[in-house]
Amino acid sequence: MAEESQNKLVYAGKLGYSFRRHLHERFIETFLFLSAILSVAIMLAIIAMLLKESIVFFRQVSIWDFLTDTQWTPLFDDAHYGILPLISGTLVSSLIALLVALPMGTIIAIYLSEFAPFTVREIAKPFLELLGGVPTVVYGYFALLFVTPLLQIIFPELPGFNLLSAGLVMGIMIIPYVSSMTEDAMRAVPMNLREGSYAMGATRFQTAIRVVMPAAFSGIAAAYILGISRAVGETMVVAIAAGMQPNLTWNPMEPAATITAYIVQVSLGDLPHGSIGYQTIFAAGLTLLLITLVFNIIGHLLRKRYREIY
Amino acid sequence: MRSVKSLKEIRRIIILHKRWDLIFMITGIVALMIAIMTFMALFAHMLIDGLPRLSWAFFTSFPSRHPESAGILSAWVGTTLVMLVTAVAAVPLGIGSGIYLEEYAPRNFLTEIIEINVTNLAGVPSIIYGLLALGLFVYQLGFGQSVLAAGLALALLILPVVIVATREAIRSIPVTIREAAYALGATKWQTVSDHLLPYSSAGILTGIIIGLARAIGETAPIITIGALTFIAFLPPSPVKDEFPFMSFEWLTAPFTVMPIQMFNWVSRPEEAFQLNAAAAGLVLVVMTLAMNGLAIYLRYRMRKNIKW
Amino acid sequence: MQIDQKEIAAYAQYKSEVKNLSFHYGAFNALKNIDMVLHDKKITALIGPSGCGKSTFLRCFNRMHDLYPGNRYDGEIILHPDDVNILASNVDPIEVRMRISMVFQKPNPFPKSIYENVAYGLRVRGIKQRAILDEKVEIALRNSALWDEVKDRLHELAFNLSGGQQQRLCIARALATDPEILLFDEPTSALDPIATASIEELITDLKAKVTILIVTHNMQQAARVSDYTAYMYLGELIEFNVTDTIFIKPKNKQTEDYITGRFG
Repeated sequence: MAEESQNKLVYAGKLGYSFRRHLHERFIETFLFLSAILSVAIMLAIIAMLLKESIVFFRQVSIWDFLTDTQWTPLFDDAHYGILPLISGTLVSSLIALLVALPMGTIIAIYLSEFAPFTVREIAKPFLELLGGVPTVVYGYFALLFVTPLLQIIFPELPGFNLLSAGLVMGIMIIPYVSSMTEDAMRAVPMNLREGSYAMGATRFQTAIRVVMPAAFSGIAAAYILGISRAVGETMVVAIAAGMQPNLTWNPMEPAATITAYIVQVSLGDLPHGSIGYQTIFAAGLTLLLITLVFNIIGHLLRKRYREIY
Repeated sequence: MRSVKSLKEIRRIIILHKRWDLIFMITGIVALMIAIMTFMALFAHMLIDGLPRLSWAFFTSFPSRHPESAGILSAWVGTTLVMLVTAVAAVPLGIGSGIYLEEYAPRNFLTEIIEINVTNLAGVPSIIYGLLALGLFVYQLGFGQSVLAAGLALALLILPVVIVATREAIRSIPVTIREAAYALGATKWQTVSDHLLPYSSAGILTGIIIGLARAIGETAPIITIGALTFIAFLPPSPVKDEFPFMSFEWLTAPFTVMPIQMFNWVSRPEEAFQLNAAAAGLVLVVMTLAMNGLAIYLRYRMRKNIKW
Repeated sequence: MQIDQKEIAAYAQYKSEVKNLSFHYGAFNALKNIDMVLHDKKITALIGPSGCGKSTFLRCFNRMHDLYPGNRYDGEIILHPDDVNILASNVDPIEVRMRISMVFQKPNPFPKSIYENVAYGLRVRGIKQRAILDEKVEIALRNSALWDEVKDRLHELAFNLSGGQQQRLCIARALATDPEILLFDEPTSALDPIATASIEELITDLKAKVTILIVTHNMQQAARVSDYTAYMYLGELIEFNVTDTIFIKPKNKQTEDYITGRFG
């Protein structure tokens, strides 16, 4: 009798608890889901915000003028709205940066992954990570006040603001991103592939170039794409060291503004909300986002085509 | 006899190939050295220029038109407050999102969209976050050019870092731990909160520190929301004398932060201000290096201690 | 005089002689004073329980242990006909690997086309002429009984092949460079019985061209394919003899226990 009632009690208690527990679980799951969906909301908000102001902008400036005019002078009385000068500045500085960062980052990654003794790797990896953690404004300072004077010794006619110095420093800044992702991808290649290659009499270099790198291709592609995105979207180094004057040029020895530097320049001034000057930075931002988006899509396609196949 | 005859040939080829090994090895070391030397040059240059300016007064003075009496008081206070907002916003949302994607998310289209989105967000240039914050927080929601707007902008920026770190840390916990918890009758959330979160806390903490270190140095998004660069006052104190002893007025106050202060000084033509920039940069670099160093140390300890 | 003649004859039959070989992984003594021979153009099988050191022994033959730090060889492995000790520190492991090929436990084709997988060893040796490569690739694929199956898709990715085909591709890759010895490290352990049968048949056929050393965990396989068998236990070579002798009347009690399944 006593035993039976006790059983009932346990059973009843369990039922009640279970209901409360269910509610509790649902509540938490909802919160977790909402925080996860937030990332989609942020993306949509970015696109909506850029589009909203850009649409107003493009009501006043035709897309044709925007893409073909060779002058970008939105704040002058004789206003021109050609994005080309900003794009040329962005491309030149990014190209210089990538010419430094991709080869050096790859070489460092191959060295650390395939050649370096254990202790060298254990010391160099965290050091490179620290290098990647230095604020970009500090790299800007370094480009303007250290690298440019240094370059002026070699090229005496180099102006104080120039794309070359900004691009070089940006390249150094991006090396850790490229090298660490590339190295991770290469180290993920299973040892039995390397053994297969060594067993054929291949040297370290041959194994790294002919077997490990092709096997890690999709990871390396991702690293390169990230490097490109960083270079195109980098702001402070170019804003400080390359000047903020829009200049349609392909000459790295000249000063020029990038898309990002222009946004900074406008933001530093006091532009009224709703003016065309205010809208230009959103149109510039939209262009920047589209450029990085194109590279991300290329990266995505490359990864899909050459998924890690080992 | 074939092998003996071709042996000479083989040896010749090996010597040739090994030369490439050596050449590459030297190239690798040189590349690594260039990266390291550049950093050394950067640090040394800042140290030489900035160290003489570092004094107690530098930390306790407001910016000024006179370079020798200017300091970073409003900048470091601003950075601290902005980071507070960033951490409070990004940490729960990032961890929550990471847990959802790793433990709760069903394998469906929506989950895939979210996952692709997190990757894409990590690739969006930081200045774009600034534009979002300018349009959304500053004007649409009316926060103005405040600590709150800046903190939230940086929170969005580092959200992917926290999410990815959380996911990786949770994923490295073996399935057997989850099964053990469920077998004892734990619910999903009990399993997560009693086991998965504590066991992955070091990994998540590492991600948070790396994210905040990045946020401290971010300049572009904060310039974009139009933060003033000459701030010779402090935001209202969060602590009050009378009841309820707390105040959130500082959230809507104008502010400046360390990297903005440094940028402001770098862009001044007078050399004396550039020395101030070096000093501010030194403080900034030491702060971010310390945080990143802490993260690296935590990860090292974690790898050493936990072997599933 | 007559004895000398006999000795020379016997000597010529050896492709390799292992003399007092010991091997250490750090402080762990994995192989202890092994003496053995490999007969030219014969198949020698290494059998023994897991962890007995048979794979470790095999990997000494192409110096794979050199890839990892902290390993040490003592003793000699003499490779004939030029009588070189391939373990000597002045001998380049790459040179050894160019003469002695290896096929691994799990098929490990490179993420390249079928053609490029087979041509890899030739390319590593600096051969660039298309005609030579084409010819060698075809011969190797024919010798590994894969040619008919893949001749129309030589430029497809090797990962699209089945497990058995992948393993035969790895054999072709090892054969393409005309190695003097071919090492097999449990080549069928990851394969189904049908693929295993075809690989075994292939190994038996290859005997005419190359000296073979094979590690197997499967005693029937050793009995089926090999001419000589070595039984190893805890890093020691317990017994080495003609395969039939080992399986029918082993001299050592331990060997007999293992063969008859009374082991342990």
